[in-house]
Amino acid sequence: MRCPIFSFCTDPDTLGQLQWFLCYFTTAKHAGLYVAVGTVLLLLAVTAPVALGFGFAGAVAARSSFLPLTLFGRGYIAIVRGVPDIAFFLFFIIALDQFLEWIRHSIKCPDWTDPIRQGNDFVVCQAAKLPLGTAPQWVHETYGFALAVFTFSIVFGAFAANVLFGAMQAVPHAQTETAAAYGMNPRQTFWRIVVPQMWVYALPGLGNLWMVLIKATPLLFLLGIEDIVYWARELGGIKTARFTDYPHGDWRMWYFLALLVFYLAFTKVSEVFLDRVMKRLTHGQATAGGEAQRKGMA
Amino acid sequence: MKNLVLTTAAIALSAGMAFAGSHSVVRMGTEGAYPPYNYIDDNGEVAGFERELGDELCARAELTCEWVTNDWDSIIPNLVSGNYDTIIAGMSITDERKEKIDFTTNYTQPDPSAYLAMSADVDVAGGVIAAQASTIQASYIAEMGATLLEFATPEETIAAVRNGEADAVLADAAYLGPIAAESADMVMLEQTVLIGGGVGMGIRKSDSELRDKFSAAINSMKADGSLNALIAKYEIGEPF
Repeated sequence: MRCPIFSFCTDPDTLGQLQWFLCYFTTAKHAGLYVAVGTVLLLLAVTAPVALGFGFAGAVAARSSFLPLTLFGRGYIAIVRGVPDIAFFLFFIIALDQFLEWIRHSIKCPDWTDPIRQGNDFVVCQAAKLPLGTAPQWVHETYGFALAVFTFSIVFGAFAANVLFGAMQAVPHAQTETAAAYGMNPRQTFWRIVVPQMWVYALPGLGNLWMVLIKATPLLFLLGIEDIVYWARELGGIKTARFTDYPHGDWRMWYFLALLVFYLAFTKVSEVFLDRVMKRLTHGQATAGGEAQRKGMA
Repeated sequence: MKNLVLTTAAIALSAGMAFAGSHSVVRMGTEGAYPPYNYIDDNGEVAGFERELGDELCARAELTCEWVTNDWDSIIPNLVSGNYDTIIAGMSITDERKEKIDFTTNYTQPDPSAYLAMSADVDVAGGVIAAQASTIQASYIAEMGATLLEFATPEETIAAVRNGEADAVLADAAYLGPIAAESADMVMLEQTVLIGGGVGMGIRKSDSELRDKFSAAINSMKADGSLNALIAKYEIGEPF
């Protein structure tokens, strides 16, 4: 039994309502929920830039004049966008995990003669296990989290690639032609003219993606990570007095209501932030928005 | 020279044994949502009958064990793909499951399944009965011919009866007992059904060494009465 935070929590049955809730919300089990909120925020913080990177690379590949690269870029965008998220998540995580273990297996245990697939079982030697069977639980969790970030990034990278591809095409032709006339080579034109100007066209689409990404985080639960939806369900369920100091009825509705408020507040904050970024980016651009800003200032 | 050959042989042997899959840490997979078998306690740790049993079994088999929770739905696929090494989650031994995984010897007697309903005069044969998906109870209802309503967690099956979606829920009597005791509006029906062949630990088919170790540990607990003491403590069916 761990030390409760408040000294009066040792005997919850005798407490008044306020103190009871104070104790209830500070149990070690609730800490799991608070950690899960952090997990979700961390996932977003890591996934967003990585997915943007994947997207940028995908868009550049799709625009490339080198045919295999174009095909690869377009293939990536088309395949990932076309497959339902849930199917992709379930398939990809298992396939990726087994693929990595298979590679490690072939390197580390070349003498192994048993088949890797024995009926239903996927058996690799102990040294090839990822993470190692001996690793502590947090390594397993971190590994699962890394797989999740990677999968999220691939999925959202494909959508971002499509948005960025469109945004690059949307930069007015006159701009790139002028750059060429000034003697810039294609690489210079791309980095100095297209990239700085494309963001204003990309932002509405990227902002949209960000919103979808926020709402997609409960998919973490599918990947075996104990996210906020798992804890809300677990904590909200009926608790009988035999198994807890804090018995209560079915409170799942209240926990899910709290989740709803959390997600709504989070998307609202994002919206305000994205609006500001949009204003900054529009400034001085040869678009209707930039023109309106110029007139407003004059 | 003879010495050299011997040493090499000894090294090769011991290396071979280390490879043969002696688990240095055994990961125990459970659901964590099925009291009194297994649940998450106020400290956020796995607790319950199977926690105590599993820790004792690991001590007897001289294994280091670690607890992991996993959704019931994907608990067999994740064992098979090697995310953990055992299932210890109130899983009854059935022929259907034996096609995919192996079981240790059973550590509970077949626990009678019971119905929990809002009133005692529910017609279970013709009504709508809730059960957790891919459980022995779910397949029993499907075969019996009543309308089956499946849910992913045990929790949701109870909620379905409360809000009138289902007429009754069929689950292990040990799980329903504490809930019936604390909710004045719900009653356990007199009628029970005996399904399944007792609860055992699920182990990968390729892992027969681990299965035999746990079976031996379970048998030793049966022999000295400590298993019966645990069963009585958590009120899980009949003793051995």
